[in-house]
Amino acid sequence: MLKIRVIPTLLWKDFGLVKGVGFDSWRRVGPVLPAIKVYNSRDVDELFLVDITASIEDNQPDHDSVSDFSEECSVPFTVGGGITNLQQIVSLLHAGADKVAINTAAYANPDLVEAAAKRFGAQCVVVSIDAKRHADGSYGCYSLAATVDTAKTPVEWAKEMAGRGAGEILLTSIDRDGTMLGYDLELVEQVTKAVDIPVIASGGAGNYAHMIDVVKNAGASAVAAASIFHFTEQTPAGAKNAMQEAGIPVRRNFVSSAAK
Amino acid sequence: MKIAVVNYGMGNLASVRRAFEDIGAEVTVANHPAALYDANRIVLPGVGAFTEGMECLTGSGWASALHEVVIQQGKPLLGICLGMQMLATSGHEGGETNGLGFIPGKVRRLDAIGCKLRIPHVGWNDVSYRKADVLFDGIPDLSDFYFVHSFAFVPESQEHLIATTSYDCDVTAVVRSGNVFGCQCHPEKSSKAGRQLLRNFMNYVPC
Repeated sequence: MLKIRVIPTLLWKDFGLVKGVGFDSWRRVGPVLPAIKVYNSRDVDELFLVDITASIEDNQPDHDSVSDFSEECSVPFTVGGGITNLQQIVSLLHAGADKVAINTAAYANPDLVEAAAKRFGAQCVVVSIDAKRHADGSYGCYSLAATVDTAKTPVEWAKEMAGRGAGEILLTSIDRDGTMLGYDLELVEQVTKAVDIPVIASGGAGNYAHMIDVVKNAGASAVAAASIFHFTEQTPAGAKNAMQEAGIPVRRNFVSSAAK
Repeated sequence: MKIAVVNYGMGNLASVRRAFEDIGAEVTVANHPAALYDANRIVLPGVGAFTEGMECLTGSGWASALHEVVIQQGKPLLGICLGMQMLATSGHEGGETNGLGFIPGKVRRLDAIGCKLRIPHVGWNDVSYRKADVLFDGIPDLSDFYFVHSFAFVPESQEHLIATTSYDCDVTAVVRSGNVFGCQCHPEKSSKAGRQLLRNFMNYVPC
């Protein structure tokens, strides 16, 4: 049976990791490499690393740093931030990324997602969607680190991206980001119902119950979280224990005397 | 032990190379088919589409070199993900494309073999053994491995089916025919269980 993944998200800004609230008020939380080492030694299900200023500052993805990071990562490693063309994806995959996340560039150039899926396979292409709830209760997609209203709704955009070959959707609630108030269940449910590809819920996890809720009640295939792991005593392993107790299938730790 | 990782332009080479280095293997990234002749073990990695993958393998002489060193000389080969699927006789992805034909079988989209769940099949799934195999030494049955794929290998004969995973239907996880091994899952990204599988492949001695 396929397991529900718990994915720590690492937001990378300048030379270290940060975490904000509502894509703002960034707090420094430490250097990148030790964080990756710790998560890897604790055998997390997967890691997401997003360079949050790459698109805004028009930077190229940092191939050399990604190479150093992936050296320490023996679980799937997804890298996003500033990807605008296929050559950058080639270079990130060569640097040790297993999947890439595309967000801002997809709005201006949806063909990029299609071309990437064709060349590298759908499984390699994660489309990241940042969504905000409007006063009337509807949702909108925002690009450039939540600064630009794209006039797309998450449901239509997720459908279009899935149709163009995206392998997964990373769906982040801008309103809930960093608040630890729980995932936006309505947003996640709208999108999981609209597409047949896996949807990773992101934004708002503050305790294990939030994770259980978004899986059981909104259909998420995986839960991404940052603040809960940076700022509380809760851990990915603790999350999986709680999820298992709630009847959600999670990956078991590998036990074998022969393995070192 | 020299392991050559085939660089035909479509693999997640860095992850595969590092995983083998991690377990103490001497790894070379083979950029040309000639490099296969110096190696003791060959790894065919791969992410991407079957048709494009086969075009890359046949277009630059990889397919014939692989046939010579693996089928004629008997060097152990491990195909991973797309690299495993291309071991099949044919793939069905926008028409039928011939594979390497090392293990009889076809590659079909998951929904064509009865899977009604979300595609791609992404994440950790437990691998269930159909028969004992050297590749699983020291790895408990039903250990979780990382999968990420939309197509699956359907072997012609059960004799080549070593392990399966369940995703609405039985999905081939590992195939083997003599010295030719293939994993749908990604051992290079499957943490400790994956490292052990790669170690077993490295330590396997064909008789």
